[in-house]
Amino acid sequence: MKKTKMVLGLSLVAISGLIFMAADHADAPAVTGNASDITDVYAFQGQDTNNMVFVVNTQGLLSPGATAAATFNENVMTELNIDNNGDNVEDLVIQAIKRGDKMYFFGPTAPGTTGATSTVKTTAASGSVAISAYGSTPITATENGMKFFAGPRDDPFFFDLGQFKSILGGTATGFNNPGTDTFAGTNVLATVIEVPKSMLGTSATISVWAETKKKI
Amino acid sequence: MKTLNFKIIAIAFIGASSLFVSCDNTDSTSESNTDQAARKGKKFSGTFVQQDQMARPAINTVFIGSGAPKDAFNASIPSEMGASYQGIFQSRLLALNSGYTTNALGQTAAQLTGLLSTDVLNVSKVAPTTFFDGTNVLTGRNAADDVIDVELLLIFGGPTGASNPGLTSDHVNSNDKSFTASFPYLASAW
Repeated sequence: MKKTKMVLGLSLVAISGLIFMAADHADAPAVTGNASDITDVYAFQGQDTNNMVFVVNTQGLLSPGATAAATFNENVMTELNIDNNGDNVEDLVIQAIKRGDKMYFFGPTAPGTTGATSTVKTTAASGSVAISAYGSTPITATENGMKFFAGPRDDPFFFDLGQFKSILGGTATGFNNPGTDTFAGTNVLATVIEVPKSMLGTSATISVWAETKKKI
Repeated sequence: MKTLNFKIIAIAFIGASSLFVSCDNTDSTSESNTDQAARKGKKFSGTFVQQDQMARPAINTVFIGSGAPKDAFNASIPSEMGASYQGIFQSRLLALNSGYTTNALGQTAAQLTGLLSTDVLNVSKVAPTTFFDGTNVLTGRNAADDVIDVELLLIFGGPTGASNPGLTSDHVNSNDKSFTASFPYLASAW
């Protein structure tokens, strides 16, 4: 029977050491628990549909008690990469990096070099925003037609990770109904940028990915 | 119904990568005087090297083996991922679902993993945003989109979406807080 075969397959995966920490919360040893760990990336049309909104969340699974102490790192830049000609190479970047109690933003602008190594595009500064404190009203800034936010937010991701782990481990054969949201009651450090579509090139579609990059 | 709609929009999905029409890098934005002044005292020099990379939800976590391979995937760039990772993704897919034939989009194991192994989020500037809404597929990702159910359906649901019904939805269909209609959209922290 198919199901038996599949459970066998899943057990093999579990034995081979696959540890599932969705979405990408704590997905790899080098980034787990530090400011470089991206948990989720979102890209959607804004309330004003002339704009696109990009969200990059880091440092997932923050309990309410741990959230006030969680901070962005001045040596870690968040870089949003935008490909607008379909070759999976970034044509534009939007960069965010903390200095003091503010987050500074650069771009959208062409990167100096594409790929895994970057410099901050200081000639393309687009704005800054005070980093919002835990428990206070979110501080937003509007500059150059763009909107900016940085600070703690509820983790928007939802998934019954616990049950999925049980399935992988062979102690369950399926999900429960209703399931249990493993990410309920946890927070992330969010960076939110709203950009006029006109600043993203003229293509009807774009490809987007986020990277954290650390100063060497 | 989800399954039928999946088939109907399969062509749009597969054709999505051909929709890029032109490249027009925007000019860098001008900086306000106040921000320029604030920025002058700050140092932004130095070289920054990639630590983590992410686009579609849960790709590294599902398809890459634990430990060093996960770090290697996070340090790789999308234009090189397909060549390096499609085969690894296909092996992992067949380990997760040894009965995989095709999915509700009609994708073979090679086609699905060929798409997923290049970890970028396809975003439309002209269509409504959704990971999948019954009509549009991969036109972006809203905070409220049930992305895990879409991925589970494509991995476990078989050609009609009806296979392995216990594995095609986690039955967590929404976030634990409501999102706001206006910027910054995400809900306040717990």
